[in-house]
Amino acid sequence: MNSMVKVLLTSKKFVIGFCLFMTLVLVSIIVPLVNPADPLEMVGLMYEKPSSEYWLGTDNFGRDVLIELVHGMKTSLRIGFIAGIIATFIGTIIGLVAGYLGRNIDNVLNTITNIFLVIPPILILIIISISLESRSLGLMGLILGITSWPWTARAVRAQACSLRAREHVNLAKLNGSNPLEIIFKEILPYIFSYVFMSFILQTAGGILNEAAMSMLGLGPTNVVSLGTMLSWALLFEAPRVGAWWAFLPPAIGITLITFSLYVINTAMDEVFNPKLRS
Amino acid sequence: MFWYVLTFFVAVVIIFVIPRLIPGNPISSIISQMATGGVQSESLEKIYESFIHEFGLDKPLFFQFTDYMKNIFRGNLGVSFSLFPKTVNEILGEALPWTLALQLPAILVGWIAGNLLGAVAAYRKGKFDRVLFPASIFISAMPYYVLAIILLYVFAVYFGWFPTGGGYSITTLPSFSLSFMKDLLSHYFLPFLSIVLVTIGGQAIGMREMSIYELNTDYVTYCRMLGLSDRKISGYVFRNAMLPQITGLAISIGTMVGGALITEIVFGYPGIGTWLFNGIRQQDYPLIQGTTLIIIIAVLLANFIIDLVYGFVDPRIRIAQMEESR
Repeated sequence: MNSMVKVLLTSKKFVIGFCLFMTLVLVSIIVPLVNPADPLEMVGLMYEKPSSEYWLGTDNFGRDVLIELVHGMKTSLRIGFIAGIIATFIGTIIGLVAGYLGRNIDNVLNTITNIFLVIPPILILIIISISLESRSLGLMGLILGITSWPWTARAVRAQACSLRAREHVNLAKLNGSNPLEIIFKEILPYIFSYVFMSFILQTAGGILNEAAMSMLGLGPTNVVSLGTMLSWALLFEAPRVGAWWAFLPPAIGITLITFSLYVINTAMDEVFNPKLRS
Repeated sequence: MFWYVLTFFVAVVIIFVIPRLIPGNPISSIISQMATGGVQSESLEKIYESFIHEFGLDKPLFFQFTDYMKNIFRGNLGVSFSLFPKTVNEILGEALPWTLALQLPAILVGWIAGNLLGAVAAYRKGKFDRVLFPASIFISAMPYYVLAIILLYVFAVYFGWFPTGGGYSITTLPSFSLSFMKDLLSHYFLPFLSIVLVTIGGQAIGMREMSIYELNTDYVTYCRMLGLSDRKISGYVFRNAMLPQITGLAISIGTMVGGALITEIVFGYPGIGTWLFNGIRQQDYPLIQGTTLIIIIAVLLANFIIDLVYGFVDPRIRIAQMEESR
C-alpha cells in the first residue's frame, strides 16, 4: 500500500489533480464552519453585481452567490461520494461474481449489465425522480448510485475473468476455499486499484448526473447544489440578461471538481498500466 | 436481435412499474385528487378522466399493463396534460426532426474529429499531445450544459453574434427561402458546436489511449523492422485502435444523447429535450413517458446500426458472419 502511494506521488499529474481536488474539498468543508451564513438567506436584490460586500454578487433570489457556491460544492461532493460508493459497491460485487463464477451466472449478470448500460441512466433517473415528491441529499445520492453501477461491473468483470485462471487462485481452490473466500481474498486485492479508479470516475459521474437532474428540475430539494444553482440561473435567464456571476461560478466549480477527478484517474491509469506511459 | 427486444422490454417495464411502485407518484396523486373531489374546474376533470381511461387506471394492474403494451405497439403515446387535447404523438412528431437534425450530425462530427485528434496526439506525442490531452480532459470534464451556457453567454449575449435561443426567429415564417435557411443555421450553430466540442474531448482521450497501446504492440515493432513507412504503419494502428472506439460509441451513445438533450434545454431548442423539460415542469406524465420511450427506441436503433457497421468494418466479424449464414 505504501509503495503504491510512493509511486503515485512521483506522477506529476496525480499530484496536481490530487492537490486541486483536496483544495476544493477543504474549502467546501472549512468555509461553512468559519462562516455560518445560511446559503438560502436572501440578502440583497436580484442579480446584484459583484461588489466588496458580495464578492460574487447575488443570484435571482438575491442570495449571496459566494456562500451558495461553497455550500453547493459541499452538497455536490457529498452526493457524488454517496453515489460513487454505492455504484462502486454494487458494480464490484456483480462484476466479481460474474467474472469469477462464469457460465450461466455470468451470462445472466452480463446481459443485465449490458441492458442497463444501453438504457440511458438519465431516463431511469427521471422516471424515479418524478415519482418522488421530495429528494433529500442522501436519497439523491442513492438513486444516482443504483443507476450507474454497470460501468464498474463491466470493468471489474473483465479483470476478474482474466484472474480466474491464475495459479494462486487454483491453489486456493485446491486448498478447499469456497468461492466467496477466493473472490475476496484471491481476486479482490489484485484488482483493488481498478476498483478505486472506478470509484473516482463514479464520484465524478455522480456529481455530473446530479447537475443534469437539477437542470431538468429534478435535483435535490431544499438544498443548494452546484446543479440547482445552474438551473436557477438558467430558469431566471441569467445568461441572457448578462448576469455571468450567477452561472459562471457553479459552472467552473463543477468543471474543476470533475477535471481534478479525471486527472487523478488518468494519472493512476498511467501508473498502473505502464504501457500507457508515453 | 433478441437482445434488443429484451432491452426494449426491460425499459418498457421499468417505465411502467417504477411510477406505480413509489407512493405519492404522479399517477396515484391524480387518482386521489379525483376521488376526493380536489379537482375544481370542469375541463381539468375531463383531462383527468381521459387520463385515467387512457392509462386504464380503473382496471387491475395486469390489464393496465396489457393496455399499456398495446398502446405502445400501436404507437399511441396518449394525450398530453399540459397541452390537452393535443396528443403526445403530435408534440413529439414535431420535435423529433429538430433533435435528429441536431444530435446526429453533432455526435458523428465530434466522434470522427475526436478520434482523428486522439490518434494524431498518440502518434506525434510531444507538444501536440501535451496541449491536446489536458485540453481534452478539461473539456470532457465540463458537462454538456455547462459548455452550452458559457457558449450561449459569450457568443450570443456578450458578442451578440448568434441568437440567444429557439430553433428559428419568431418573426420569420418557416419556408424554403434563403433568408429562413440562414436564420435556421444561426440558431443551429451554438447547440451544434457545444455538443461537438464535448464529444471531441471524450473521444480524443479514448482514442489516444488505444493508439498508444497499439503503438506498443509487436506487430508495429515488426512493421518498423520491415522498414514500412510511417504513413502505412499509422494506417494499421488507426484501423486497429478504431474498433474499440466503435464499440465504445455504442455503449456511450445513451449517455451522449442524455447530455445533448439538456443542451437543447439551455438553448430552448424546439426538440425532444425541451419538451421533456416542459413535461417535467408541468407534471405532464404522458408527455414524460412518451419522450422517454422515444429516446430509448432511438438509442437502441443507434446501437443496432453501430452493430451492423462494426460487422462491416471488422473483417474478422464479417467473415464469421458470412460463414454463419452459409
